[in-house]
Amino acid sequence: MPKWFTPAAVVCALMFAASPLVIANAPYESTMGLVQKIFYYHMPSAWMFLVAAIVCGVSSVRYLVSGSPRQDRLAWAAAELTFLFGALALVTGPLWARKAWGVWWQWDVRLTASLMGWMVSCAYLLLRKYGGPGSDKLAAGLALFGMANVPFIYISVNYWRTIHPATSVVPTLPVSMGGPLWFCVTTFLLLFVLLLKMRVRLEEQRARLDSLYLSLDE
Amino acid sequence: MFLRSVWLVLRKDLTVEVRSMEIALTTVFFAVSAVMVFAFALVREGQAPEDGAAGILWIAIAFAGTLALGRTFERERQSETLRALLLAPAPRPAIYVGKLLGILALLSAAEAMLVPLVAFLFQAPFLAHPVWLAAILVSGTAGFAAVGTLFAAMLVRVRSRDVLLPVLLYPITVPVIIAGVRATAALLQPEVDFAIVRFWMALLIAFDVVFVTLALWTFEPLMTD
Repeated sequence: MPKWFTPAAVVCALMFAASPLVIANAPYESTMGLVQKIFYYHMPSAWMFLVAAIVCGVSSVRYLVSGSPRQDRLAWAAAELTFLFGALALVTGPLWARKAWGVWWQWDVRLTASLMGWMVSCAYLLLRKYGGPGSDKLAAGLALFGMANVPFIYISVNYWRTIHPATSVVPTLPVSMGGPLWFCVTTFLLLFVLLLKMRVRLEEQRARLDSLYLSLDE
Repeated sequence: MFLRSVWLVLRKDLTVEVRSMEIALTTVFFAVSAVMVFAFALVREGQAPEDGAAGILWIAIAFAGTLALGRTFERERQSETLRALLLAPAPRPAIYVGKLLGILALLSAAEAMLVPLVAFLFQAPFLAHPVWLAAILVSGTAGFAAVGTLFAAMLVRVRSRDVLLPVLLYPITVPVIIAGVRATAALLQPEVDFAIVRFWMALLIAFDVVFVTLALWTFEPLMTD
């Protein structure tokens, strides 16, 4: 049995249990009703999107400074997870917004900043896929510029109105809603860590295989 | 030493450009064609949409800028002078600044053609506050070109660079486009609210400072391998 099997099984079981056992028992929100339950997926994915982006940016900067391939692999894995969780947040968000605000999309500061961050992660992956040799440093530079860009996007879009609720609502949630929320955040975090580790491991194996091939040629 | 290297790189680029006019002519013509496409797409019954002119001007600048950025470094690659440029005993940041100033000069020339054209075709009072407009255009173009020069330089040795340059450049330069369009649109109002214009100008200048500093810092490690 592969080493990752048990942790993967545990994360799967927890995530499958979330909907029927935990979210279904949470109370209905008074004004939005059933549709508010998207929140239990939307917010954890958005948080993991942010965490992945931060991991990618930090390890990219460390790669630029130190040149260690370990940081590069970590940045790559985190960029893929940024793309994945960003896509989840950007799909669940409009589904909820259609019911809550009456529109699919608003050019609100959080939405725009998330979309742009997600676009940078798309650009990062395209660069890694089609850039060929030498694109690893360039990708790290892109991640660095993407991080530096966030405050500017935030300020510039903030000039328009903001309707997205602030994160300050989270501590004020009643226990009946906060419990399921933190359960979902925990499972998403576990999923994130698991995927990140597996992805880094895959790249490590690839690098090892490459060096073995090279030593065989000599 | 630093300023001298900057000047030499800039003079070399401008000399090549003045002799061939390759990038200037193609870029200007491309920008004019882009403006035409917007005119056909947006003008209804002889009227351009409100605030449309500012957006069209900046889209044309962004498109033309991408083209010019790609070409300047493509030229270095085709004549295989990039290695010589990097081997030269000049500080790497000086090469970056020289290239950046060359692209800025080129884009400013293109903008000098574009502004009257857009003003003429979309009945926009661009020339009511020429100094403010010039300041917005210069600081916006500087921010766009600062990121673009670095990315174009790094992409020279990468496969499918023509496609990748806009893919990388546009998500990063979104704040420049937003601030440039908003500031220009504010200038086009009959009653200009200078508080709004100043806010966007400040944002543009802050963006320029941060991104030029970052580019100067990363140009050396990113161009070495």
